[in-house]
This record gives sequence, C-alpha cells and structure tokens, in this order.
Amino acid sequence: MTAGSVAAQGLVRLPVWRARVVLVALIGAFSVLTVRAVYLQAVKMDFLQEKGDARYSRVLEMPATRGRITDRHGEALAVSTPVKSIWAIPADVQLKPAQRKGLARLLGVSTRELDRKLAEPERDFVYLKRQLAPEAAEAIARLRLPGIYEQREYRRYYPAGEVTAHLLGFTDVEDVGQEGLELAYQQSLGGTRGSRRVIKDRLGQVVEDVQSIRAAQDGVDLTLSIDSKIQSVAFAALKAAVERHRAKAGALVALDARTGEVLALANVPSYNPNNRAQLSGAELRNRVITDLFEPGSTLKPFTIALALESGKVTPQTLVATAPGRMTLAHYTIRDVHPAGALTVTQVLQKSSNIGAAKLALAMPSEALWGFYDHLGFGRAPQLGFPGAAAGRLRPHRSWRPIEQATMAYGHGISVSLIQLARAYTIFAGDGELVPLTLVKSELAAHGEKLVSTETAGAVRAMLEAAVQPGGTGPRARIIGWRVAGKTGTAHKQENGGYAADKYIASFVGLAPVSAPRVIIAVMLDEPAGEYYGGSVAAPVFAEVMQATLRLLGVPHDAPLEPLPQPASDAPREST
Amino acid sequence: MAKLNLLLLAVLVACALGLVTSQHKARKLFSALEREHEHARELDVEYGRLQLEASTWGQHSRVARIAAGTLGLRVPDARRVRLLARDNAQ
Repeated sequence: MTAGSVAAQGLVRLPVWRARVVLVALIGAFSVLTVRAVYLQAVKMDFLQEKGDARYSRVLEMPATRGRITDRHGEALAVSTPVKSIWAIPADVQLKPAQRKGLARLLGVSTRELDRKLAEPERDFVYLKRQLAPEAAEAIARLRLPGIYEQREYRRYYPAGEVTAHLLGFTDVEDVGQEGLELAYQQSLGGTRGSRRVIKDRLGQVVEDVQSIRAAQDGVDLTLSIDSKIQSVAFAALKAAVERHRAKAGALVALDARTGEVLALANVPSYNPNNRAQLSGAELRNRVITDLFEPGSTLKPFTIALALESGKVTPQTLVATAPGRMTLAHYTIRDVHPAGALTVTQVLQKSSNIGAAKLALAMPSEALWGFYDHLGFGRAPQLGFPGAAAGRLRPHRSWRPIEQATMAYGHGISVSLIQLARAYTIFAGDGELVPLTLVKSELAAHGEKLVSTETAGAVRAMLEAAVQPGGTGPRARIIGWRVAGKTGTAHKQENGGYAADKYIASFVGLAPVSAPRVIIAVMLDEPAGEYYGGSVAAPVFAEVMQATLRLLGVPHDAPLEPLPQPASDAPREST
Repeated sequence: MAKLNLLLLAVLVACALGLVTSQHKARKLFSALEREHEHARELDVEYGRLQLEASTWGQHSRVARIAAGTLGLRVPDARRVRLLARDNAQ
C-alpha cells in the first residue's frame, strides 16, 4: 500500500499515541471536574449554600404587637401603634447641603447633630431619629436619599394621660415596660417576637415562605379592674383638693368591697406618660402603693375591733379618758377634746387617743401584733405591682408599753394607703379580709375571716357615728347613701422625729352602710392651713364616693334630704 | 425504542413546564397571601388607632367639661333621681 493509494481512499492512518493522548487528556479533565465537583458538593457545600441563600433568602423579624390595656368596660388605656424610626449607614450617605438641611428639618434635629451622627463611617448602623411621626417618616422616604432607611417600631400611647399615669406606668423606646403595670405584666403584654425565612425576588418582594423559624405571638390584652370614669372623677377631685389645700401630694384608692377589685387609684402630682421629657422622682411615685405613712387615727377602728372581739368590752362600755392627758414613761398622750368617760363608740366617734390607748393596753401585745399582722400590715400586698411597700410593723417582743399605746391610734407603725384601704374590707363584709386585685375579676372574693360578723357590724355602726354631727368627719356624708368612715390626722415623720407643723390628713370610709359596696381611702400630704382629716380629706371622700355610687348604680339607703349642717365646732381628732 | 424515548421526552418537557407553571402560580398566590396578611396587620393597627382616638375623645374629663361648659348640663340632684330595682322595671 502506498501513500498515494491511502490518500485516494480518503483514509490517513494516524499514529495510535495521538488517540491515547486525547483519551488521557479527556479522562484527566473529567477527573479534575469530578474532584472539583466532589470538593464543592461535599466539602464547600455549606459555605456555598450560605452564599447562595444570602442572595435571595432573608430572615424576617416578625415583631409581636404589645397587648392593649383596657379598663373594666373595654375602654382603651394603653395602645401601641406603629411609628417609624429613621436609621442610616453612614458610609453610604452622600448628601447635598440642601438635602441635608431638608432631612434635618424633617427629623427635627439640628444639622450639626445630624453631621455628628453621620460622621462615623466605620459604623454600619446609626439611628438618626427614633419614633418619628408617620407623616415626617413618609416625607423622608419620598426624598429617596441613599443610605437612609426606615424601620417600623411601636410606640405606646396613653389616652387618659396623667389620670392613669401611676397605675399603668410606661414603656421605654423598645416598647418594654419600665414602670407600673406595664412592667408588672411585661411577660404577657409583650408577647414574643417571631422570625421566618423567606425568598425575596429581585424587587425585594417576598415570593416564598421557606420556613417559619418561630411564630410571633402577640401580647395578650390586659383588662384592668379600674373603671375609667371613677378613675377620672377621683383624679379630678384629688387634684382639686391638693391645689385647694396647697398640699405637697395626695393619693386616693377606691375598692370594690365585695370583689376586692381596685376601681380607681389616683396620685397627685402626676405626669403625662405620653411626653416624659421632664420627669421628677416626686411625680413618678405611686403613693398609694409604694409610699408609707403613719396612718394616725384611721387605725383606731382596728384596735376597737380587736377589743370587741376579745369580749372584754361592748360598744357601750365606758372608758375613762379624763383629764385628757395620760403619761406613760416620758411620753404624754393627749386628747384635743378632753372628756370624762367615753363609751367605746364615742372613743371612735370623738377619736380619743387616750381611749384607744387604754383599750390597747388592756390586751396582750401579742394579740395586737397578731391582728395587725393578719390585716397585712408589715407585709407587701400581693398585687403583682412593682415596688409595693410592705410597711413597718415591729415584732411585738420589742414593744414597750408606750409603743403599744401609740400604735393603737396609728403611730409607730407605717402602712401604705392601699394596705389601709384593704384592711377596712373587714368592716365592709362579715369580717373577711378580701384579697385585692388590679385585674377585672367580678367574682366575689373570699379571704381570711378576722373578726366575727357581729364585731364587723358593730364597728361599722361606730364608723357611721363618726361621720354624723358630733363625730370627727361629718363632711364625709353624702345625700342618698349612708356612709361610715374614720378621719386621720398625723404628724409627719421627719428625721426620726415628728415634725410639729407638718401633717398627713387622711380619711378611709365605706358606703352604703346597709350593704357596703365601695371603700375609698384618701390621703393628703402636708396640707397648708387646715390640716385635719375631717376638713381636708373627708370632702374628697364624699365627692368621689357620691360619684362612684351613682356610676355603679348602687341603690339609695338613706332619705334623699339635705344633710343636716354640722355645728361649726365639729370635734377634731387628736394628732 | 426511539418512539418510546420521544414520548418520554415529551412527557418530561410537559412535566417540567407544569412544574414551572405551578411554581409560578404558587409564588403569585403566596404574594397575594402576603399582601392580605399585611392588610390584616394594617387593619389591626388602624383598629388600635381608632380605639385610641375613641378613648381620647371619650375621656370622662373631656365629656364632663363639654357637658358642663358648652351644653350647660349638670348632675341631677340626688333627690331627683329614682332608682328602680331591676325586676320592677321588667
């Protein structure tokens, strides 16, 4: 075979090694690819998957809406509503001077402030302004500035403002409870944030829900026992009284005597929770629950109840109080209105310190201490309210006789107003101390029975006598309903002693006497001028009690006649 | 053999197109669902705002001020109020 004939057949015999080379090259190339594929699939898979996901998959935070707080009738007291926060990536922000000025104006900050925030290029995230009004946020979004973004947040609004400020408290910029019930119920109100993984398309639209990592759970709404109408009336009356008497502060609490629900809880001075720019400690204090004071004569009914319960005295038993002063050790107890012998009823009606002290001294200190302890004095009330004060009740072993005597009329013991109001529930029912609640319950509450039904009724009758002409608190009476209550006027404690010219005026009472529904306790701190509980606190009690009974629709139990005017020299309690 | 392959190819192409279509539909529907969820959230927010507004306008103190000031109303004297027991009213 010659080359010519091969060429004529169109066939060229190539050397075999060339085919081998190609085959080896191909196999080599395929092996490289296979190895590379294995490497990518097995070794680098996680990294690559992550990179891929980062291009279209996003984890979205699902914010939980904070639960609303409403009053017992569903009236909104605290509602979270979305607002926008504006944030920036400083490195990406390039603003022309005019844009900068416009942005600063919309944000409500100075251009210098804005520059300062944007001057940190190494930071990836800077809040320019939090919780901006929706209109301003929209205007900023329309500017379409590079590197400026908005974020949806929640802000809490309190429509009742200062009226419910102390009760509800407030939330911080992250909508987390900081004070009051917002703090106490943070767990249930706050809910839990959720997150989910989604796929977003080129335009940033969510196209597929890949997985729900955690479902968001919205906060649970909280229905309080508060009646916003009663609350409003109580706050207005208290505020007016504090202004009228130029008092330093005032506090009021209204309870439903049957269910233990707190119907109103007011404090003055107050603040606007929607605008907390200038807040002082005095305004923030919830005096009803966290402040302690020496209650003075408002504690006498308990001494008398215990004396009656012990069976040693009856309401008609005479107690010698002459000559209006009694010296124990180095301390003299005085009565403002010295009298000869008073019945136990009159001791309460005229608010005789000596009478109360003598009744207390006739009992073992252990019994007195035990009774006060059972009434909840010296123990923080189970309200779930942050900062609830326990009060001070010293163990009876350390009592000296003089302390036992002064404690009978409310000195040497400190309580909070809500403790005092709660203790009066034993006179409203058949001697049971009702547990309190700030959450709507509507069920009749049952507590520990501390005194017999007869004793509770007897003390109630005495308390009613105390607000009749001849008692210390006739200005507590209202038209249409029988009321019962006790005035208190106590020297204020200061630097370990008692201030001579500073007083705390108080009144605690209940109505209607025939079937008690409401207990109201009022306290005014350092009233100027008049300072007796009967003239300062009792009128507030009357005003709020009248409105409360009317709003609750409680049937009248007294003739609808004008009240007999008390003599101008109504007895005043001893301090 | 070739016929069967062609048939399988046609089925495969049809399936692939079907998958693409259904995927597209699913995404569209999901988008719509997302929009409705967003709408529901917006409505809830608006409900909150309206509640807030109702509560602000309906504040007892404001109602009392308008009633007493603008309308000249006052709380009736207790003597002019008759309370009826519920079973009597029915």
